[in-house]
Amino acid sequence: MSWLTPTVVETLIAVAQAIVILLGAVIAGALLSFVERRVLAIWQDRYGPNRVGPFGSLQLVADMLKMFFKEDWIPVFADKKIFTLAPAIAMASLLLSFMIIPITPNWGVADMNVGLLFFFAMAGINVYAVLFAGYASANKYALLGALRASAQTLSYEVFMGLSLMGVVAMAGTFNMRDIVTAQADMWNIIPQFFGFCTFLVAGIAVTHRAPFDQPEAEQELSDGYHIEYSGMKWGMFFVGEYVGVVLISALIATLFFGGWTGPLLPPIVWFLLKTGFFVAFFVLLRAALPRPRYDRVMGFGWKFCLPLTLINLLVTGAVILITSPATS
Amino acid sequence: MTVDNAQPAAAASSEVINELIREFGAEALTVQETLTAMPVVWVGRDQLEHVLHFLKHCPKPYVMLYDLHGVDERLRTYRRGLPEADFTVFYQLMSIERNSDIMIKVALSEKDLVLPSVVTHYPNANWYEREVFDMFGIDFTNHPHLTRVLMPPTWNGHPLRKDYPARATEFDPYTLTMEGQDREQEALKFDPEAWGMKRHTDDADFMFLNLGPNHPSAHGAFRIVLQLDGEEILDCVPDIGYHHRGAEKMAERQSWHSYIPYTDRIDYTGGVMNNLPYVLAAEKLAGITVTDRAEFIRVMMAEMFRINSHLLFLGTYLQDLGAMSPVFFSFTDRQKAYEVIEAITGFRMHPAWFRIGGVAHDLPRGWEKLVRGFLDWMPARLDEYERAMMDNAIVRERTRGVAAFTQSEAFEWGVTGPNLRATGVDFDLRKKRPYSGYDKFEFDVPLASGGDVFDRGMLRIEEMRQSLRIIRQCVDHMPAGDYKADHPLTTPPPREKMLQHIETLITHFLQVSWGPVLKANESMQMIEATKGINSYYLTSDGSTMSYRTRIRTPSYPHLQQIPAVMRGGFVPDLIAHLGSIDFVMADVDR
Repeated sequence: MSWLTPTVVETLIAVAQAIVILLGAVIAGALLSFVERRVLAIWQDRYGPNRVGPFGSLQLVADMLKMFFKEDWIPVFADKKIFTLAPAIAMASLLLSFMIIPITPNWGVADMNVGLLFFFAMAGINVYAVLFAGYASANKYALLGALRASAQTLSYEVFMGLSLMGVVAMAGTFNMRDIVTAQADMWNIIPQFFGFCTFLVAGIAVTHRAPFDQPEAEQELSDGYHIEYSGMKWGMFFVGEYVGVVLISALIATLFFGGWTGPLLPPIVWFLLKTGFFVAFFVLLRAALPRPRYDRVMGFGWKFCLPLTLINLLVTGAVILITSPATS
Repeated sequence: MTVDNAQPAAAASSEVINELIREFGAEALTVQETLTAMPVVWVGRDQLEHVLHFLKHCPKPYVMLYDLHGVDERLRTYRRGLPEADFTVFYQLMSIERNSDIMIKVALSEKDLVLPSVVTHYPNANWYEREVFDMFGIDFTNHPHLTRVLMPPTWNGHPLRKDYPARATEFDPYTLTMEGQDREQEALKFDPEAWGMKRHTDDADFMFLNLGPNHPSAHGAFRIVLQLDGEEILDCVPDIGYHHRGAEKMAERQSWHSYIPYTDRIDYTGGVMNNLPYVLAAEKLAGITVTDRAEFIRVMMAEMFRINSHLLFLGTYLQDLGAMSPVFFSFTDRQKAYEVIEAITGFRMHPAWFRIGGVAHDLPRGWEKLVRGFLDWMPARLDEYERAMMDNAIVRERTRGVAAFTQSEAFEWGVTGPNLRATGVDFDLRKKRPYSGYDKFEFDVPLASGGDVFDRGMLRIEEMRQSLRIIRQCVDHMPAGDYKADHPLTTPPPREKMLQHIETLITHFLQVSWGPVLKANESMQMIEATKGINSYYLTSDGSTMSYRTRIRTPSYPHLQQIPAVMRGGFVPDLIAHLGSIDFVMADVDR
């Protein structure tokens, strides 16, 4: 057993952790599609999917089977390469972002110093998925959806980054673990309340969840950018969206609510509880709100959220300068 | 038997005839006595435009072209005293100030089927004239776009002509070859130039977006082609006819009685509300006065369906604004309504429950409890919809000032019902021209003033509250008595009597095997239906079947108005407007 050096063991454990976490993220995303339907149903005075397995718990399996066996049709008029690439980007970019999330003190895929920046980069790449899908489908509804999506995502990413700069400034690092430990005394939600609000809004917008689901607005664009997709390619957009929900919820929990920290319960439970809370919030939001008009969403982003994040950053900076002991 | 056995026209009616005689001379007009409760005046083709212009601009003007359609007169037997005609085109004009209508008829000869278009006087004549062209092959000179409106552009023949077969079995079996399919599809392609639209300007290319006939927010098989600059709608062209089933043609081969189920399917969310104008018009022809109990039962069930239809409206209206939950709640309420409807009529959506002379059967035992249960359930729910949704900032921002139109625009386009009242016009037929005993009930007519998407939604919530009031009065004061009139033309005759009297048995046999025979005449009944004013204009030629049944539906003009309202709006505004009109395609295409 000479090859089993401590380094190898460490690497193997890290790889296993990575696989478990990424799989967990995918499964959580997929499972969320079922959970959302059930939870929405309860709020809406109906049953939801309750036929497959006990309480409908195997609905996911049925859906997966259906999706796998569906004809994976590519429209003859579509740009085939880009059409195929788009769902892969949609899924991969969000999934890769899970790398940076520290689940417990010992669990996590990567412990990067550029942690948050990596997430921004991936969120930026995610725009391409929608843009490619809308463009390659050669469908007017898809094109309108893609235009809405790119404009919306780009606008909201501008202040999504800025809204977290307050958190970064307070922790003095982009490293997610350090950000969690920096919240030992007080969760960021209190000093960075406005940062939290704007990040939440931006997070909803970037994942195209209601009420910011303009890119796929069913009533207007009848699904928008993924209107031509079917089978597993559509499934990847679908699961990708839920993975996005889990990701944003996990980020909110980590950045503003102290991540895994909490009394009594083990860290993993705290992490899951906090993330779950925000996932539920996402679902409830969808049940509760109508959809504002597209141009108002853009206006809200540029005219309200962006100034708010800038002011928040300014004040955070000033407070840090005043309170920190003078150096040099 | 002649057609001049009508009741004397009301004083208000003769007033307008005197005005017309003063203006055009007595020899230019032929007055026809009918049971339509309005003056019916035949004028020459050359006079038509002058007469319409006069009526539109006289004191207390006829502001709305309520209906325009045709009749193939070639097989009609009883038309003594009327001008010679192979085809007739009639124009029904409505005056809000006079609260009365007038019908202008023009006789046409088979060899010369041409009329001047009146689109310049009444813009909403556009689609009606296209339909007359489509159905009868009558040409309208100076019409801006005289093409078929209900039938496919490739269609041969004019279906409402009497020589056009009414049954599929009279045609050769239908086949569709690949070439035929391509031809049909090619014919449906939108050609912007044909509608006077530009494909681009110097600095912008326009997108032509084909919304429907299969689109989640088109509320049925409705197609509208949008000319878009970005997401702004520069112009749009609604395209209807995908739901056309020839309901008016079917009426000409069904007995008076057996046509009732077809009426249910006109405004398919209105249920027995559709039976009402038809049976009321048929009862006028038959000379039946129904019992108080039958009237009360009819009013109660009609109002149940108004609530039911408005609930569907509310759910889909909010869903079109992107709110996903309300539709589930409103369907829960609709289920409660259906439980009552089912217990009373034995059916849910299309009970076909009214009969000529009454209703199908008496109210079942325990009906009060059921209805009261519904009356107790609804008010809290309506309050909740108002609080949770109509007070919501996003809903208000999406609907306030969106797709608004004024009173005069509403008249111009033939808008009726809640959509008209949302502009502030106090015109509800239940109050203004009470029918079926509505004058015995106490209720208010909700009004709004903005005429926008928000007002149209809000007004319907209030209308539901008023309908609940009416239903409560029905429960509290339901008269005793028969549910069917004691009249030989009541169809079918009461079963209890049929089993005991040979005379009734014979009548029953004849009515079931041939159908009742109604005297030759014309009658019409307008009612305040769920979506606006719905009317049946029946022409009897003294037979077991209708000679001509004209069904005027409210949704048809409401759709025609869309381009006038939507120019300059955004795609989401169009969706909001479509939701707020409250239309079903069966009501448009018939």
